[in-house]
Amino acid sequence: MSWFLWDTWQLTWRQILRTLRLPIWIAVSLVQPIIWLGLYGQLFRRIVELPGFQTTSYITFLTPGVMIMTAFFGGGWAGMSMIDDHDQGVLSRLLATPASRGAIIAARVLHTALTVLIQSGLILALGLILGARFHGGALGLISVMLIAALLASGIGALSCGVGLLARREETLIAVMNFLSMPLTFLSTAFIAAPLMPRWIRALARINPVNWAVEAARGAALGTDSGMVLTRLALLAVFTIVCCLLATLAFRRYQRAL
Amino acid sequence: MDEVIVVEGLRKRYANGVQALDGLSFRVKRGEIFGLLGPNGAGKSTTVRILATLTLPDSGTARIAGFDVVRQPQQVRRQIGYVAQASGVDRWLTGRENLLLQARLERLPAREARQRADELLTWLGLADAADRIVNTYSGGMRRRLDIAIGLIHRPAVVFLDEPTTGLDPEARAALWQILLQLRAAQSISILLTTHYLDEADRLCDRLAIVDHGRVVAEGTPEELKAELQGDRVTLEVGREQTAMARSVLTGLPEVLTVIVDGPAVIARVPHGASALPVLVTTLERAGITVQTAAVHRPSLDDVYLHHTGRRFEDEREAPEMLAGAGTKGW
Repeated sequence: MSWFLWDTWQLTWRQILRTLRLPIWIAVSLVQPIIWLGLYGQLFRRIVELPGFQTTSYITFLTPGVMIMTAFFGGGWAGMSMIDDHDQGVLSRLLATPASRGAIIAARVLHTALTVLIQSGLILALGLILGARFHGGALGLISVMLIAALLASGIGALSCGVGLLARREETLIAVMNFLSMPLTFLSTAFIAAPLMPRWIRALARINPVNWAVEAARGAALGTDSGMVLTRLALLAVFTIVCCLLATLAFRRYQRAL
Repeated sequence: MDEVIVVEGLRKRYANGVQALDGLSFRVKRGEIFGLLGPNGAGKSTTVRILATLTLPDSGTARIAGFDVVRQPQQVRRQIGYVAQASGVDRWLTGRENLLLQARLERLPAREARQRADELLTWLGLADAADRIVNTYSGGMRRRLDIAIGLIHRPAVVFLDEPTTGLDPEARAALWQILLQLRAAQSISILLTTHYLDEADRLCDRLAIVDHGRVVAEGTPEELKAELQGDRVTLEVGREQTAMARSVLTGLPEVLTVIVDGPAVIARVPHGASALPVLVTTLERAGITVQTAAVHRPSLDDVYLHHTGRRFEDEREAPEMLAGAGTKGW
């Protein structure tokens, strides 16, 4: 176990060094959230006048949603670096050392979580600048960032699994494109649940992205802590299942060599 | 225990039906450079991947320093350094960072890791480039870093899979020097795969010629060449005349064998220098004009030809049929 943690940290440090070499990617990944908050948020500013929103400011409503959406994308691309490592022979090199196999996945998941933590902090700051106001206090806001990181971990593990099985960037991009829009729109990221068509509301109930959005918004606004905890529990189970799937995919990858 | 690598009867068939290994066996002694020589697709990389615990064989056994690669992979991994064809370094890390990461994953204590990294970087002429990201390295520098990564934890065995493929002649010569120095130190066994005959001849203490997943000949380069008694006389007579030249020469008492190679016939004879005038005269008398004639001492190419019935160079461009690294799934 201690070697697992040691190896995980060493490999996470490698990913952090890479990110520090190319910090531009953190900035690039913030372009979309800036558009969502700055343009979309302004465009639909008066939507909160409809009944069903728990807040009177759309930016306040939207910011947790955009944080979760960005976390979803951040996690989704984690598998790209796995494919790059396969292509460059890095995975083979690691597998020929005594390094813990689980650490190879865990490091990537941990790195994704850390990156998303920073990104969601920046988006939160942007939301506050644009006028979002939250009543959940510092603890609530930290919780939102951790919820984003938790979702990113699960999606990141899943993305690594797909990457290991597909070993093609095109396949991973296709899978991500296929999932990202539906899962985002089948959630309350942009609109309050009571305003959704009944069938979308039903699908949203089983959508991990929506669990994260609801938990994040609840924590930020400081409302209904019971709801936050149940969503959080669901999300934790989802993340664990994703990590198990990624481990299975990694075993399959090793056998396929 | 004097044999560091013992490979017996390895077989491996990939899911796509390619029989990569077909009962491959060889043994490597402590401190020697052992070469696996063969064309692309002969099974060299597959063998190395099995020995490095990356791939499982269908049957057969392989032991590294006494540990079974299938049943004791974790112990095997502590004994080996693996330098694959695809380098496996992180392009966005510096040379030193790559080395230290490897050292830590090999569980070297921090102090020793730093010392060992400095030592290797200096020895391999990378000290000045140590803190630059690998993406700025030349092919030769990258290869030397790969070697350093393979050696950082002082393994008993290091695998070098096609170490000089894709290098320019200068970088290749530099790498040869490094490997010869390693051999002189005698502290490590090296299993090297190559499809360059001169490389096998120059670097390897012993080598195995691999063809279609099997070892067809094994020994020191000198032994292998000595097995082919005599010299090779190449007589260029033009394509129309080769069949006739062959039948004329086959009857001569000086001649062991004759084969046709393009516009020339190649006769194997005990003494090239004395046989050459006889062969030329005989051919001329039969009305066959000899355009050029040459005598060669046997080379590894001849050894390869002798054992496989094919000339080595013809196979050079064959596509790599290796499954595993670089393959794509669905």
